[in-house]
Amino acid sequence: MRRDLPMLVDYVLIPALNLLLAFLVGAIVLALIGVSPVAALGTLLDGAFGSLDGLGYTLYYATTFIFTGLAVAIPYQAGLFNIGGEGQAMLGGLGVTLVCQAMGGYSLWLVLPLAIVAAVTFGAAWAAVPAILQVKRGSHIVITTIMFNFLAAAFMTYLLIDALRAPGDPSPETGAFPASTALPYAHEWAARLGLAMEESPLNLSFLVALAAAFLVWLFIRRSLLGYEIRATGLNPSAATYAAIPVGRVTVLAVCLGGACAGLVGINEVMGVLHRLVLGFTAGAGIVGIAVALMGRNHPFGIVLAAILFGALYQGGAELAFDYPQVTRDIIVVMDGLVILFCGALENMLRVPVTRAWARWRTVPA
Amino acid sequence: MSLVDVVSVLAATIRLATPLVLATLGGLFSERAGIVALGLEGMMLAAAFAAACIAHVTGSAWLALAAGMGVSMALSLIHGFASVTQRGDQVVSGMALNILVAGLCPTLGLAWFQQGGQTPALGHGERFMPIVLPFADGVAGVPVLGPIWNSLIGGHNLIVYLAALLLPLSAWLLYRTSFGLRIRAVGENPHAVDAAGLSVAGLRYGALALSGILVGLAGADLSIAEGAGFGRDMTAGRGYVALAALIFGKWRPVPAVGACLLFAFCDALQVRLQGVALPVVGVVPVQLVEALPYLLTVVLLAGFIGAARAPRAIGLAFVKTR
Amino acid sequence: MSGGLAPAIAFDRITKRFGAVVANDGVSCEISPGSIHGIIGENGAGKSTLMSILYGFYQADAGEIRLDGQAVRIHSSADAIRLGIGMVHQHFVLVEPFTVLENLALGHEGGLMLQPGLDRARAEARRIEAAYGLAVDLDAKVEDLAVGARQRVEILKALYRGARILILDEPTGVLTPDEAQQLFQILRRLKSEGKTVLLITHKLKEIMAATDRVTVMRAGRVVGDVATSGTTEADLAERMVGRKLAPLPDRVPVAPAAPILRAEGLSVIDAGGVERVRGIDLDLRPGEIVGIAGVSGNGQSELMAALAGLTPLAAGRLVWAGVPVPAEDTAMALRRLGLGHIPEDRHKNGMIGAFEAWETSVLGYHRDVGHGQGAWLRPGFIRALTRQRMVDYDVRPRDERLRTAAFSGGNQQKLICAREMARGPKVLLVGQPTRGVDVGAIEQIHARLRALKAAGTAILLVSVELDEILALADRILVMVDGRFTGELDRSEATERALGLLMAGVRDEAA
Repeated sequence: MRRDLPMLVDYVLIPALNLLLAFLVGAIVLALIGVSPVAALGTLLDGAFGSLDGLGYTLYYATTFIFTGLAVAIPYQAGLFNIGGEGQAMLGGLGVTLVCQAMGGYSLWLVLPLAIVAAVTFGAAWAAVPAILQVKRGSHIVITTIMFNFLAAAFMTYLLIDALRAPGDPSPETGAFPASTALPYAHEWAARLGLAMEESPLNLSFLVALAAAFLVWLFIRRSLLGYEIRATGLNPSAATYAAIPVGRVTVLAVCLGGACAGLVGINEVMGVLHRLVLGFTAGAGIVGIAVALMGRNHPFGIVLAAILFGALYQGGAELAFDYPQVTRDIIVVMDGLVILFCGALENMLRVPVTRAWARWRTVPA
Repeated sequence: MSLVDVVSVLAATIRLATPLVLATLGGLFSERAGIVALGLEGMMLAAAFAAACIAHVTGSAWLALAAGMGVSMALSLIHGFASVTQRGDQVVSGMALNILVAGLCPTLGLAWFQQGGQTPALGHGERFMPIVLPFADGVAGVPVLGPIWNSLIGGHNLIVYLAALLLPLSAWLLYRTSFGLRIRAVGENPHAVDAAGLSVAGLRYGALALSGILVGLAGADLSIAEGAGFGRDMTAGRGYVALAALIFGKWRPVPAVGACLLFAFCDALQVRLQGVALPVVGVVPVQLVEALPYLLTVVLLAGFIGAARAPRAIGLAFVKTR
Repeated sequence: MSGGLAPAIAFDRITKRFGAVVANDGVSCEISPGSIHGIIGENGAGKSTLMSILYGFYQADAGEIRLDGQAVRIHSSADAIRLGIGMVHQHFVLVEPFTVLENLALGHEGGLMLQPGLDRARAEARRIEAAYGLAVDLDAKVEDLAVGARQRVEILKALYRGARILILDEPTGVLTPDEAQQLFQILRRLKSEGKTVLLITHKLKEIMAATDRVTVMRAGRVVGDVATSGTTEADLAERMVGRKLAPLPDRVPVAPAAPILRAEGLSVIDAGGVERVRGIDLDLRPGEIVGIAGVSGNGQSELMAALAGLTPLAAGRLVWAGVPVPAEDTAMALRRLGLGHIPEDRHKNGMIGAFEAWETSVLGYHRDVGHGQGAWLRPGFIRALTRQRMVDYDVRPRDERLRTAAFSGGNQQKLICAREMARGPKVLLVGQPTRGVDVGAIEQIHARLRALKAAGTAILLVSVELDEILALADRILVMVDGRFTGELDRSEATERALGLLMAGVRDEAA
C-alpha cells in the first residue's frame, strides 16, 4: 500500500516511539515505588531472554497473548471493540476441559483437534450473545462484553465449586486430566532431539498460536469474508450499499474473535495446568487489548507485541522475586500505558514525525 | 418480609445507589458534551484510592475528599487530552485509564502501606460517618416512623445527602443555565458551537472537569464514607453499570438516576437473597445471585429501545470544516 | 463611515495555495455597501476558498482584506462575527434538537442563567423579523422545520449576531424555485435596510435574478467583474467555462419496449417513522433515461435505495423482467440480475477511502465469478482488471494500489462509474453523477451515460441540477414529498413547467 509515510515509519518507528513513551512512564512508576528503573530493566531483560527457560516462559505467555490479541483484532477490523476476551477464554477452557475429561486414552492427535474445536466453539458462543445484542438491539458491545466477563467468572465459580470440582478437593478446580491429553512441552521435544533444555511451560500451543495468527492474516487480507469484514469496519454504509450483510458479518467477526480467545484454553488448560482451575485466564484478556493496539491489529504485529508482553510478564515475575513491592499489577500498569500511548494517543507523535519526515525527504541528498 | 426488612433493603438501596448516581451524573456531563464516558470505572477507583491514602495520612476526611475529586478530575482531563486535543479513539482512551488505574492503585498501595495493595483501615474521625438526625432517640421506639426516620431518611453519610442534592443541581445546570445549553449543543453539533464563536475544546474540557469532580465524589464514597479504606478492584464494575444506567436513562438526569436506583435495589436484594430458599426454585446458587446486577445491566441495555438517541456528536473528534 | 465611498469589502490581491494548487491567485474585487453582489464560478474555481478566508477559516498567503476601508485580520469565525460578517453555510450549522430560540441564544446568552438570555433573544428576534420580513416560529425545534425555514433561521441567527455583511454559500441548492424567490425577496429587503449581501453560486439564473453586480471566477482568478444589468447568461457562462459551451447532441429516440425493472406501489418508512416514499409506481425501459427532478430531500434518495434493494419496503414490490424480486437479500439479488448503482454520496456509499483502488473497484461485485475463487479473492486478476478500467475511463493517476481517498473527486467518481458501467448493466441507477466533479469529467460521464443508453441500458437519473436532467433524460418525473407530482416528456419539459411541478403545483404545468 502506498501512503503518506513509508511503511517502516508508519508501522515500526511510530509504534516504537509510542512504546518508548509508555515505558518511560512505567519507569517513573517504578521509581515512585522505590525500584531503580535501570536495575529493573536489567532484571527484566535477563529474566525474559537471559536463559532458555526464561525464553520458554516468555514464549509460553506470548502464546496466550497472541490468542487474546487476535480476539481483539478481528472484531476491530469490523469496527467493534471486544473487551470480552477474558470471559471467552474462560469458556474456551471449559470446552477444552470437557473434551480432555471425556477423551482419556485416545491419541493426542485425535484429542487436540477436538479440543481446538471445543475451545473455538465455546469462545465463539460466549462472544455471540454480546455481538447479536449489538447488531439487533444496539447494546453497547464494550459494556456487554465487560458484563459477560463478570458473568463468565460467576459461571466458572459456580461450576468449579458446585459441579466440576474433584471430590474431596478443597480448592476450586477439576481433577487432573488423563495424562494422554497433555500437550508435549518444548523441553520434552528438545530432549528427544538430544538437546538439553531447562523445563518451562512452553508447549505445542505456541505453534497453534503462530498458525492461528497466519490463518487470521490470510483470512482478513485474502478471503471474501475478510474483505467484507474490512469493508464493514471501514465504512458500514458503503458495505450496505455493496450488498454486504453487515449485521451477519459483524457478528461473525466478533465470534471469530471469541474463537481465538477460546484457544487460550489449549495453552493454559491442556498445555500446562492439565486441569481447569478457577481464574486460569489471569487477566490475559485485558493484555490482549494492549497487544492488539500495539500490534496495530495486524496479526504479525500481534505476534511481536505478544512476545514483548510475554517478556514483560516473565521479566516481571523475576522482578517480583527481587523486589517485594512489585507484583503482577505492574504489568497491568504497563497494559494501561501501552493502550493509552499506542491506542488513544497514537496520533500524538504522528504529526511531528510526518513533518520531520517530509523535511528530511526534501533535504537534497 | 417485615417492615424492618423492607426498610433495611431500601436503606441499602440508597447506600448502594450513591456512588452509581454520582458516577452517572459525572458521565452525563461528559457524554452530553460528546465525549464517551468509558473511563468512569478507572476514575472512580483512582478517587477511592487517593481519598483513602490522604485520609490515612492526614486524618482529614475533607482533604481526602478533595484529593479524590482532584485525582479523578486529572484522569478525566487526560481522557480529554486524548479525545479532544489528540482526537484519539475515546473508547480506547477510556479503557486505557480503567486498566492503568486497576494496576496502579494496588501497586502504589503495596509500596506505600505494605498491606497487600489495600490501604490501612480508617478510623471514625478519618471518614464520613452516618449522620444521626435530630429526635433519633425520641422516635427510635415508634413503630413505622422510627425505622424510617432513623434508617431510611437518616443514618446515611454526608456524601449520600450530597448525591441527593446534586441530582436537581445537575439537572438545573444542564437545562437552565447558559453553560448547560452550550454543553448540550457541543454534544449535538460542535460545528454550530464553533460557528457561534465558542471554543469546542474549552467546553468539552470544562464538562470533563465537572465530570471528574462528580465521579471523584463517587469514588470517595466507596473508600472514606461507605467503606473504611481502599481494597483492590473495589468499584467492581460500578463505572460500567453507571454508564449503562446513563444509556438506559436516555442521557437525561432523572431517568438515569432512576436506573441507578433500580440497579442498587437489585444489588440490595441480591445480598438479601443469598442462601434464602425461594418458592419453586429453592436455594439459588450464590454465584447466580451475585451475578444478577451484571445480568440486569445486559438485559436493560438489550431492552433499551428506539426513540432515545445518543448525543449526535458523541465519540466523534471535532475537526473544523468550512 | 466614509460616506459610501469605501467598499464594504475589498479583496486586494488575495493569494492562497494548498500545496501545489493555487486556489486563489491574486484575487481582487470590491463589494459596494448596501448591494447584492454575486460571485459565480464552477466547482473548484476558488469561490469557497475566498469566502473561507473572509470568514477566518483560512489565512491568505498574501493580500489584504479591507472592510469599509480598514485593513482587517480575521483569524477565526469569532473575529468575523465581531467585524459584522455573517455566514449562511451551504450545510446549515444548527443544533437540531434545540428550538430556534435556543439556536439564536447559543453563545450570546449574556449571563449564567439561560432564561433572561432567551427572553432577550426573543425580543431581538421579533424586531429583526419585523424589519426584514423573516417569518420563523421561534419555539419550533429545528429538526421539525423544513429546509427553507432552516435557512431563514440561519439568516436570522447571522443578523441577531450583528451581521452587516451576509454571505450566502450556494443558498438555493436545497430550495424549490418558489422558496428561492422568497429568499431573493428577503435579500432585497436586507439590501434596502443597508446590509451588504454576498451571494456565492454556480447558477447563472440566480445571479441574473438577484444581484446588482457579479464577479466571475475561474481557476482561482477573477475573470470578470460586471454590473448584472450589463451582461447576459450566455456571456457569464462563457467567462465561467472559458470557452463556448458545446450544443447538446441530438437525442436518440426511444423505441418502446417492455419495462425491465418495474416498481409497484413502493413505500419506504425511515427510522424516525416518517413515510419518505409514498406508493410510487415506476417503469424503467431498455434504452431510456428517466430523470427525476426535485429539490433534494423529497424522497429521491430513499427511492433510489429502495430500487437498489437497500431498504426494506413498507409496501409494494419490485418486478424484474416480469418476475418479482425476492424480499430477502434483495440488494444482492438485484446486482446478480444486472443492476448497477452509482450512489449520490460517493464518500458515504460508493467507495471505501482506506481501500486501495483495486479493492474499491470490485466493491459490491467482489463475490462475482472471476473476482473470487471459492472463499478467496483473486487480487492479481482484480488488479489487472482495474488497470484496464483506469485506462478505459481515464482515471488518474493510473495506480491501482493507491488508496481510494487519495484520488481527486472526479477520478473517484470515474472509478465508481467504471465499476458500475463496465459490466454492461441492464439497469443503472445514477444519483447526482457530477456532484463535486470537474467540467472535463462531467462531459465524459454524460457521454458514457448516453453510450449506455444507446446500448440498451435502462437508466434512472436523479439530480438536483435541472440542466443535467434536461440534457440527458428522455422522460422527466418530478418528485415532491415522496410522490411524483408530474411526468413530462423531454419535448414538453421547460424550466418553468418543472419549477411549477417542483413547487407541488400539479395540473397547470402540463
